Order: sequence, then structure tokens, then C-alpha cells
Amino acid sequence: MIQLLINGQTHEVDVLPETPLLWVLRDAVGLTGTKYGCGLGLCGACTVHVDGRPNRSCQLPVGSLAGKPITTIEGLSEDGSHPVQQAWITHQVPQCGYCQSGQIMSAVALLAARPKPTDSDIDQAMAGNICRCGTYQRIRAAIHTAAGQPGAAS
Amino acid sequence: MSPPKRQGEQVSRRDFLSATVAGGAGLVIAVELSSCAKIENKVAAIADKLEGPLPPSAFVQVAPDGAITIWITKSEIGQGVRTSLAMIVAEELEADWSTVKVRNADYQPRFPDMETGGSSSVSGMWNPLRTAGAQAREMLVLAAARQWGVPATECRPEKGIVHHDKSGRRLSYGDLSVRAATMPVTAAPRLKAASDYRLIGWAIPSLDAPDRVSGKVKYGLDTVVPGMQYAVIARCPVIGGKMKGYDPAAALKVPGVLAVHAVTAGVAVIATSTWNAMQGRKALTCQWDDAAAASLNSAALSKQLRERVEQAGALVQEVGTPRQVIASAAKVITADYEVPFLAHAPMEPANCTASYVDGRCEIWAPTQAAGTAVSTVAARLGIAKSAVTLHVTMIGGGFGRRLLTDEVVEAAEVSRATGTPVKLTWTREDDMRHAWYRPAGVNRLQAALDVSGMPLAWTHRVATPSIDESHNPGSVKNDLDPFATDGAAMQYAIPHLRIEHAMVRNAVPVSWWRSVYASQNVFATECFLDEVAHAAGQDPVAYRRALLARSPRELAVLELVAEKSGWGKPAPGRYQGVALHHFFSDSVVAEVAEVSVDQGVLRVHRVVCAVDCGLVVNPDGVRAQLMGGVLFGLSAALFGAITVEKGAIVQGNFDGYRVLRMSEAPVVEVHIVPSSESPKGVGEPGLPPIAPAVANAIFAATGKRVRRLPIEV
Repeated sequence: MIQLLINGQTHEVDVLPETPLLWVLRDAVGLTGTKYGCGLGLCGACTVHVDGRPNRSCQLPVGSLAGKPITTIEGLSEDGSHPVQQAWITHQVPQCGYCQSGQIMSAVALLAARPKPTDSDIDQAMAGNICRCGTYQRIRAAIHTAAGQPGAAS
Repeated sequence: MSPPKRQGEQVSRRDFLSATVAGGAGLVIAVELSSCAKIENKVAAIADKLEGPLPPSAFVQVAPDGAITIWITKSEIGQGVRTSLAMIVAEELEADWSTVKVRNADYQPRFPDMETGGSSSVSGMWNPLRTAGAQAREMLVLAAARQWGVPATECRPEKGIVHHDKSGRRLSYGDLSVRAATMPVTAAPRLKAASDYRLIGWAIPSLDAPDRVSGKVKYGLDTVVPGMQYAVIARCPVIGGKMKGYDPAAALKVPGVLAVHAVTAGVAVIATSTWNAMQGRKALTCQWDDAAAASLNSAALSKQLRERVEQAGALVQEVGTPRQVIASAAKVITADYEVPFLAHAPMEPANCTASYVDGRCEIWAPTQAAGTAVSTVAARLGIAKSAVTLHVTMIGGGFGRRLLTDEVVEAAEVSRATGTPVKLTWTREDDMRHAWYRPAGVNRLQAALDVSGMPLAWTHRVATPSIDESHNPGSVKNDLDPFATDGAAMQYAIPHLRIEHAMVRNAVPVSWWRSVYASQNVFATECFLDEVAHAAGQDPVAYRRALLARSPRELAVLELVAEKSGWGKPAPGRYQGVALHHFFSDSVVAEVAEVSVDQGVLRVHRVVCAVDCGLVVNPDGVRAQLMGGVLFGLSAALFGAITVEKGAIVQGNFDGYRVLRMSEAPVVEVHIVPSSESPKGVGEPGLPPIAPAVANAIFAATGKRVRRLPIEV
């Protein structure tokens, strides 16, 4: 049994320690907001926070995470009221929405580290998150809005 | 499998509307598109089905508590149909938008075609849905009029309430719903004037955005069914290969692996979690018979296309005597263009959950082709279509990938083998290496210019495989698939024209990819037109303008894009390229790309896009779709290539198959030409012009023509 601290709650999971956090979240804990996109840390759809920092959960063996606070998209807010989630709605970012959990988790981590990010900060922080629908422009605008600064038009 | 629907196919069918009440459901309106059966019979059939709980099959329900539910019969793949189709119904219904809920309709054979493709959802459903909404509204109004004993003409519906202004009385739709269901259905209800629209034409926020930003949307891969097991399938790496044998022993020793079964697609490994199934698959040893295509490689495939384009193709269209004109012309220009195979690579890989019990199969599928999915499952399992229940889940991107139903059939087959519900996941590598691809092709174009430099004759030979033939053997006669030349036909006024399809057959599976053949042929057409304009010493926009003098929609779009892009006045160090296309959904799109090429590094800074897509239902959605089309096409133009070595697809993930990332994405501006024509599709038409617009801008920057994708500078 491995104890995981996910969104402030302790979960005991009966999995091998090398199992990636992504699959533990999705198949064992039942938190499906974190998405599988590539399995190699290339697309960012599985991004969660560990100790407040963004991580690709498909690359994180759960054995290394005992006791570390993990936040998933479900833990960001009870009701979608987090300022980044709200900015995403304001700018109508999602199309299919599949990558957006990961995009939002990366954006939240960026804003925690840099409350007033430049476009270049955004490019760097979001480089690991792929969107196939073409929402990058609105993501950028939403990040600027969440940071309380005028951003690019969407 | 039928190809994506083209404009106008749906309207040939007759629309029926029926209404009924049962079990406290209130007013339920269902539109059926069917060429047979009388309305009365349909009402009876629906009433039978409505005994018991309300089936998720009607278009719109006004419940006695006032709740309005609209069932969406098109797959939501990110194009926003759950919002835009609901807007159409709610507009005519005069519903209170805040009370509207949407649900994905399960597959129902009596529904209109649920296949979602060809940018046809809004355009195809426009008339049936607004008619349904208007009919429901008239029934509610009539119910109120009868209750009050006043003429219906004195009753005014607004935001879910019928008002009788003379007496100040009012009744809510909920209160009227049961009585309304007994009112006669008017065959041709009055439709609202566009000037009275309160929803259509306004940027209504997506109904799904709140759930999409909080991880609550359940995509296909998020399906959970009690007792469900998890499966992946080991597949022959070589295209078309077959399983010869396998040894399950090592796989069965992997923790969590429950079973190994041979299935049509290969060998299924079933486990207690997706991860365990993947580990089991790694441990599995299989022997494959890959003789059929083991020597296939991209160099040979490209050679096949280049040789084929040298030979005459089947005639698709001829106007005048183009070959004679070219033979005797003083100035003739010729160029070949080549495009590679492409993967769809939606963010949600293919997957499906199925539960086969006692000859019946229940399916949860992220599919664009519900009807095909049910038919193919029934055929594979040897059961009646009526024994298959299919729930269309939310979907993490479509792009045509989910018009094919392999994973649905596979999940059903695995569930039958295990006797349990099964979620089958295609890994990213499965999705990229065992899918169906946008065809590769080579295009040969020739043009003869008159003394003023205008094109007198134009020929275009498209050497490419037929998608229709590959999915429906025998459907293509005489080596001619006219759809393969879509985008090759000219919107420009050229007196002598010839379009040929040079059929190509090879083992690489092909399918519909966002904008289909226009994605390849418009690259060739619009780049070549740029070459011709240059040979004539003319500005590319001015040259197109001259050729579009009698095409008002195209001309308006061209003028708008030229104006908004500041054509001819790019920022210092930047260069512009233009392209225009009248897509088969009847939308016209023109794009101007602004690029720089600095020491061999290409950067696309800005794309200005103008569109005439008829009447706009949701302008915010239209802008999103156009931006999406531009970026999807730009991804392919800059990076996209699926290649084959020793019969296997080389690229397996986003490292080998690069896609556009945020730092590489240009600013995209979308400008919409006002129109009162019926809505035209916008899911795809943003895509075809982007590759040629960028290629033409690169020529402006470097003087070098791009005749092959992906772009190399």
C-alpha cells in the first residue's frame, strides 16, 4: 500500500511503486480530470502539481511521492472558481478541452512563480503543453487576464 | 463508411416532426429525417418508446418543471455543436437560455444521420432544428391560447413564458408543457426573422466551458463501468500484417494482468489497470506475418506518386481545349507539388469501452460515426444492430480520426472474449502507427498565359489514393474518384481547364483528415497560382482579384483579407503570402500569412483570415474554428509527415511527429463577412489556405518556391 496526499486527502493505493501517478489517479483513485496524451512527458496533458510545482504525472512513479502534496485539476477549486479557470472561461479557451487540465495546471504554476509573466515567460512555461484544437492564442490571453494585466486580443 | 457529407446532401430528405407526451415527460419534440412512413406512424412509434423513462432520443423536451433539454445528435469534438445546435433550437423556441441543458443523444436508427464530418453539423441541422424549435413554440403558444380562450395571435412567447399582453396573463413553458403535447403539429411553422434573434449571431459562451476547465467532462477515455477491465492490443508493426502466433506466459506473469486473448486486430492483454495492461503487452511475445508490406518504404511510395503523375489520369472536369491551348502557347509554366501522409493525432487517443452480455453489446465511444460504429460492431459480433446500444461520449478532438471505428469494434470483441466490460485504450503509439492517414500525393500543374499574363489554360493532375475506395471497395469506377481532386477545381475564371485524377494504390491506410483532399490540392493550386502571377509580373492579390471579377463572395473575402492584413505593407523584415479557397462546405476563406526567414529560420508571425460562412450562429465559435483550422494546417505545413520504413510507420509519438507548440503559434485574426445566406460549415475551411499562404510568403521572403510539405527553408 502506498499513501498519497491528493488534493488534501489521503488515499491508500495498492499498486506497484513504479506505476506512474497518471494511471493511479485515473484508474485507482478515480480522478479522471488528469489526461493521458502521450505517456512520454511530451504533451503535458497529464500535468499536476507536486509540492506546488508542475510535473508530468505520466513520468512520476508513485513510489517517489509518498507524503508529498499532489494537486490535480479537481483540487484547484471546488467549483471552477480559481482565477485561472475563470480566465479560461472569460476567454472561451477550450475547444475539445482534453488538453486544458494540463494547460491550466501549467499556467497556475507559472503564475505562482511569476505573477506578471511576459509573453516570453508564457512561451517557456507552456512549451510542454500541446493543444491540437488551436487554443494557444486564447490561453495566452487568459494567462494575462488571470495575472491582472492586459493581454493579447483573442 | 461514407465520406464526410457535402453541402446539400441532407436537404434532399424529407423532414418529419412529431410530438408526444408520456410519463410526465411534458412536451417532447423529435424531428426525423426519413423518406418513408407517415407522420402518424412515427408519433405512435415514439409514444410506444416513451412508456417508461424518457429515452435520450428526442431533440427537445420541455418538462413540466420548465427544464428544457436538447439532445445533440452530432458528436461534440471541440467544434462546439452542443452549444451552437442548442442555440438554434432555443432561438426559435423562445426558450430562456439559462434553463437549457444539452445531452448527447445515444445512437438511434431513426435519427438523422449522426455522422459528424464535412463541416456539416450546423449547416445540415439548421433547418430541422429551427423548425423543431418553432413547432414546439407554436404548440406552447396554442396551448396557452386554448387555456385562456384567446386567439393564438394575441399570445407572445418570450424567454420561456407565454404572455397575453391584453389581460396581463402569463404561463410558463413548464406549466404549458403537458397541454402543449396534445396540440397539433404545424408542418411549416413561422420562423423568426434574423433581426429578432436573441441568441443566433451573438457570442454565446460554450455550455461546456465550466466543466472543461474543472476536469469534469467525461471523455471516452474517462468512462468507468462497474466491473470494467482494461485492455490494450498488441498489433503487427507492419501495415496489413497478421498474427501468426503468440506466447502469453510472460505477459500473464505481469502483476495485474488477467488474461490474454487473440482478437482480429492482434493479441489483447487484459488487466486491472491501463498501466498493467501496457506492461503486460510489453512482456508478450508475438510472431507476425508481415510479408505483405514488409518492404514498403517512403522513398518507394514517393517514387510511385512521381511516376504516376507522369501518366494521364481519369478526367474529372474539362472546359474548352486546355491541352491544345497549352501545346500552342508561347508561355507555359509547369510545377509539381508533393505532400506526405499525415496523422490526425487528436489529444485523446482512440479508445472505447464496451460491455457484451448475452448477445447484446453496450458501448461508450468517442466517435464521429455513431451509425457506422453500430453497424461494424453488429457485423463483427454477428448480432443485430438493434442489439447494440451506443453512447456517444465527449471527445478529445476529432479531425476525421473518429470517422473510423476500429477501436469500437475491437472493444466489443475484447469484451465478448473476457465476458466483462472492457475499456480498450490505444496508446499514443497505437494511435499514430495503426491509424488511417491523410493521403500522400503529387500534383502536376500547367498553365498557359496570354499576352497580358492572364491564365488562358490550366491543367491539374492529382496523383493520390482514393479514400472512398479504401473504405468501400468497388465504390470507385474506372480509376476515377472525383473527390480526390477536391480543391483542384478552380474558383478563378480561366477559359480552358482540365482536372484529372491519377489513381494511386498502395498499402498505406488512408482516411478523411480535416478538410480532406483540399488540404493537399489547395496547397498545390494556390501556390501555383502565385507562381503564375509572379511569371506575369503581377501582385498576387491583384492577380486573384482580376480572376474573381465574377465571383462576388470570393472577391469580398479577398478584399477583406487584403484590407485587414495591410496587404503590401508588411512590418519591416516580414513578408506576406495570400491564399484563398471556396471549401466544399460552401464557406469561402482567404488568408494572409506574414512570415520572416532569418538565417534559415522561418517564423510565422501573424495570419489574417477572412471568411464568408453565411449566417453566423455563434461568432465566437466561428472564430475558434477558423483559428483552429489555421493552426492545425500550420502544424502540418511546418512539421507534419508520417513516413514508412520496412512496412511500419516510423513516427510513434509527439517527438517524431512534431506538432505546433505555443511559442510557434502565430497571432490569428479572424474577420467575418456579414451574410444572410444560410450557415455554411466552418470546422475545416480555415485549414486549406494556410500552407499555400505561408509557402507564398516564404517565396516573397526568399525567392525560393516551396513545392513540398512539410516546409523546408
